[in-house]
Amino acid sequence: MGLKKFLGKLTGKRKIKIEKGEWIKCEKCKNLVYSEDLIKNLKICPHCGYHFRMTAEERVKSVLDEIKTFDLFPSLKPTDPLKFKDTKRYKDRLKEAKEKTGLNEAMVVSHGKILDSEVVLGVMDFRFMGGSMGSVVGEKFVRGAEFAIKNKIPFIVFTASGGARMQESILSLMQMAKTAIAVGKLNDNKILYITVLTDPTMGGVSASFAFLGDIIIAEPESLIGFAGPRVIEQTIKQQLPEGFQKAEFLLEKGQIDMVVDRKNLKKTLYTLIKQTQG
Amino acid sequence: MENTTVEIDIEQELQKLSSRIEFLREKIKKGEKHRIGELVELRRRFKELAKRKMSSLSAWERVQLARHPKRPHTIDYINNIFTDFVELHGDRKFGDDKAIIAGFAFFEGEPVAVIGHEKGRDTKEKIERNFGMPHPEGYRKAIRVMRLAEKFRRPVFTFIDTPGAFPGIGAEERGQSQAIAESLLVMGELRVPIIATVIGEGGSGGALALGVADRVLMLENSIYSVISPEGCAAILFKSQENAPEAAESLKITAENLKELGVIDEVIKEPLGGAHLQPVKMYRLLKRALRVNLKCLKRFPVEELIQKRQEKFYSMGIYQEK
Repeated sequence: MGLKKFLGKLTGKRKIKIEKGEWIKCEKCKNLVYSEDLIKNLKICPHCGYHFRMTAEERVKSVLDEIKTFDLFPSLKPTDPLKFKDTKRYKDRLKEAKEKTGLNEAMVVSHGKILDSEVVLGVMDFRFMGGSMGSVVGEKFVRGAEFAIKNKIPFIVFTASGGARMQESILSLMQMAKTAIAVGKLNDNKILYITVLTDPTMGGVSASFAFLGDIIIAEPESLIGFAGPRVIEQTIKQQLPEGFQKAEFLLEKGQIDMVVDRKNLKKTLYTLIKQTQG
Repeated sequence: MENTTVEIDIEQELQKLSSRIEFLREKIKKGEKHRIGELVELRRRFKELAKRKMSSLSAWERVQLARHPKRPHTIDYINNIFTDFVELHGDRKFGDDKAIIAGFAFFEGEPVAVIGHEKGRDTKEKIERNFGMPHPEGYRKAIRVMRLAEKFRRPVFTFIDTPGAFPGIGAEERGQSQAIAESLLVMGELRVPIIATVIGEGGSGGALALGVADRVLMLENSIYSVISPEGCAAILFKSQENAPEAAESLKITAENLKELGVIDEVIKEPLGGAHLQPVKMYRLLKRALRVNLKCLKRFPVEELIQKRQEKFYSMGIYQEK
């Protein structure tokens, strides 16, 4: 089944967390990179510039110069409201994800500074059930937005998600409406809202808060779209063109503002804040 | 699925009975009064069979009913509940998407806006309407008409019936995600009452894009889900053949959704499903729309929006400790 293969590709093969002292094979150019060098280089391949995926912790540390609070809402935790069971129980999947990531959920909302600019930073972690959005991710987004409004500071969100979390079914779908309403409130309060779409940003996350940014940035070569490429291929029964749904493709089609190399990301964010704030 | 063949037989039998009842009624109207006894008997059999069928419907059987080829579509509700519908076309940016119908009409004499997915009835129309799977321009047309409704202070009625937003090359190139996201945002703050009704299939984000409403109603045999049972089965269960199981797990029936607080009201369908007695269905839905509209009109606009936003903010179940 194509869909399954696609999801396997998204979640299974790629390793996001990189241990110290190991050699990593670049997924793009296949050259070997020493893990310490990779981490020092913001997880960008020194040979070909390929951007490896980042954990939420790595991301927060790479963006914020000063972390005031790493996790603003640590008490929000997922439950299994539908007692969902597929080949595994949702409860067990949650437990595994927690153990693997050390996180409570697929999003962390931090408070800190980029140079001298105070910001709220929402970061999704793809390792936690494919970065899928359930009730907690939606609620964290809303609270992050409220925190930004209350403190009159920009809200910056890094997305990395396969979409809505199926195990919370319709409740997950409703998080799309919920987060969109929160963006409306950011607009009403003239709060700067920037989204940075990283690999991958799909489905329900893409079709809600990700594409509602005042400014939408994407990391190079990230897969970004509504429907997954396999689903599209199966529906239209033709092969997709090279580079389809990649960040560069979206830029060309006018769907995003810019593709920014990870090394320039912090500077770009800071400049945009200065150009729109104060 | 055990019983599947039995259920299909019942369905066929119900269809047969239902058309014979219609036929007899016409005859009796034309003067064949002596056949009343026959009609009464037919009706009794219909009722008995329909009750047997409806009393034990599985989630998967609801899916079949929600997708039933004869189930009334948006166009049918527009023609039978509203008058003087004037259809508006195009998103002013790219094209006109026939998977979504939008325009102004009168509801019991009152001017309103109407927007809904339309799947199409015969093969040609289905293709034209892309089986009710919109492209971004469909959502942008919907947004345009919602803004017009806001400008002229007209309530908005939406009808949801789609397998989902279309997964295709053009749809992605033209910003399917952005179009859906914007529709959610616009509906979340639109300054007029919105009543959404799920009349058949509520397929994921493509359905929700017309579903951020003050009142969300759902016909008894319609479904509303984050992903199709087939899609979910393919990803989380072993294969697409596990769709019935997935349908059960996903909790996609009107009753389930009412319990979860995601919808506001379940609209009863005529016995056996909307497709068997469409005229009765129009009447039942019309009444529900009337009652809900009347209720919403009591609120000042600020309060209306606040209530709408609070409702969606409260959706989701999590622990906090």
